Amino acid sequence: MKLKSILATTVAAVALSSAAMAADVKVGFVFVGPVGDGGWTYEHNQGRLAVEKHFGDRVETIFQESVPEGADAERVMSQMALQGADLIFTTSFGYMDPTINVAKKFPKVKFEHATGYKRADNVSTYSARFYEGRAVQGHIAGKMTKTNKVGYIGSFPIPEVIRGINSAYIHAKKANPDVEFNVVWAYTWFDPAKEADAANALIEQGADVILQHTDSTAPQAAAQKAGNVITFGQASDMGEYAPFPRVSSIIDNWAPYYIARTQAVLDGTWVSTDTWDGIGPGMVGIGEITSAVPADVKAEAEALRDAIASGEYHPFTGPLNKQDGSAWLAEGETADDGTLAGMSFYVEGLKGTIPQ
Amino acid sequence: MDLLGINPILLIASLMVSATPILLAATGELVVEKSGVLNLGVEGMMIVGAVVGFITAVTVESPALGFATAAIAGALLSLIFAILVLYFKSNQVATGLGLTLVGLGISALLGKPYEGIKSPSLESLDIPLLSDLPVVGRMLFSHDAMVYISILVVLLVWYTLKHTRLGLILRAVGENHDAAHALGYKVIHIRMFAIMFGGACAGLGGAYISLARVPQWTEGMTAGAGWIALAIVVFASWKPWRALVGAYLFGGITVLQLNLQAAGVAIPVEYLSMSPFLITIAVLVIISAKGNHGAPASLGRLFHASN
Repeated sequence: MKLKSILATTVAAVALSSAAMAADVKVGFVFVGPVGDGGWTYEHNQGRLAVEKHFGDRVETIFQESVPEGADAERVMSQMALQGADLIFTTSFGYMDPTINVAKKFPKVKFEHATGYKRADNVSTYSARFYEGRAVQGHIAGKMTKTNKVGYIGSFPIPEVIRGINSAYIHAKKANPDVEFNVVWAYTWFDPAKEADAANALIEQGADVILQHTDSTAPQAAAQKAGNVITFGQASDMGEYAPFPRVSSIIDNWAPYYIARTQAVLDGTWVSTDTWDGIGPGMVGIGEITSAVPADVKAEAEALRDAIASGEYHPFTGPLNKQDGSAWLAEGETADDGTLAGMSFYVEGLKGTIPQ
Repeated sequence: MDLLGINPILLIASLMVSATPILLAATGELVVEKSGVLNLGVEGMMIVGAVVGFITAVTVESPALGFATAAIAGALLSLIFAILVLYFKSNQVATGLGLTLVGLGISALLGKPYEGIKSPSLESLDIPLLSDLPVVGRMLFSHDAMVYISILVVLLVWYTLKHTRLGLILRAVGENHDAAHALGYKVIHIRMFAIMFGGACAGLGGAYISLARVPQWTEGMTAGAGWIALAIVVFASWKPWRALVGAYLFGGITVLQLNLQAAGVAIPVEYLSMSPFLITIAVLVIISAKGNHGAPASLGRLFHASN
């Protein structure tokens, strides 16, 4: 009897508290890596936490980490939609088709896909102009390398990554005409051991600058072990490796965007859009350039950053040729967003071919 | 003496490092499966070993103690599996998968405060005389102790399974647990011992990733190494030396393809990446064509003394 009444009270209390906690909007996040990766997913999760903090009880967030790109992603997204999510952020390029497929099944749920290019009435896309940050990194890399060999750990050969390689190379080449880029494709976003192996392979080939487009801090640790190699934080500041080997970083700042989009759902004003912001609006941040970089190089890099932020300079400004020597941009011409979004070629001077 | 722009000395040296975690885990799992138990929780035990080893190594600044506690942590985690499977007769596949999930969760929780911390580095041994030899000195004799310990473990497992009474009993339990029971061997105890040995090896393998190969703690950092270890056991058709070959093959291909790319050799990455799996399939086809797949006959079957 006593037990029964205790149970009844508990049930009532739980029911009450969950009723009190029922949020106006439920926001789901699908992550490609663990939230503790120290890079890409970490920053997306920071954006999620910012949404929770900003809206308090009005918004509830749910997330699923380490979701493989492919059929599994569709299952996770459907699950979230069935759980009552009103807005779902899918935060990796490989979720593009799964997002479109699931969005068709749940027309009332809003979807936001990061770094992709397929949209629908209930699917927005958003990305950051990381290539702007890559230009700054390229400049520092070109100035700092002593072996003239820069190693680049690519994840997958998709436009996002190719843009970054091109942008870094163009600006490294401007700073140092003798520079060469070695690109290694890891075919993973997150595998610390493999990322470390890739960094080591590049270092053994003589690279003394490592740029990474993978999500963990493992290449930073590998560079630190090697001793005389510099790196850049990717997606997150990776400040624990500053001031050396990490000399600067690209920081993704998703929080303002996530808050704005959640607000739009709350207000009922959400419409499908395509957002692509860079250093200027603050979606891309350049992490502190450390004391390991000579003062003049630091000043140049910061000037480059500011010129890009103000819109005065575009990282893809002609004259630029494609890798095969054919003309791409004429003197003073800048690349249009369409070409950039679908970029599938190297610029002139880069060696190697892009795997298909 | 560069081949295709790659220094083979450095390549083999990094191959041995890259293969060590999966070699340790695979050797442990091989013993478990030889005793007739299929433990799919290798990934979970590895990651717990990685985090516990890292925490200990950072706290007491001793990589050696880190490895020791990693082995203990792996063994303790596998003990949960052993109790569920051996005493409560739970399904081995489901319990093993559950163990992986538990391991990933626990490690993320434990490791949270240790992200971004550097671990004390594991010194390479530089064996006197041998490491001064040209070529092979750098290639084979300048590694840290764990690389050699992993090979010693293979040697030990091979010798025990093949040449000792203990190995014979273990194999008997794995081949036919009812017969072994009828002969008076304590099937449950032997399996418990084998499972904990497997857990300890997986823990060591995980700690090698977080203390030597990467070296840092990142959530989920084993990234599937445990599943490769399981594949290697099958590839090796449950023979320790073949597990060594398999681990070096899998580890070697990863390192080789990254090095080929870094050297700018135009070989499609996809073919190299899939080659260990193709070889595994080919080996399985050859083994089954010969009619003897080599798997312990009682593998995955539940044992109860009343049967």
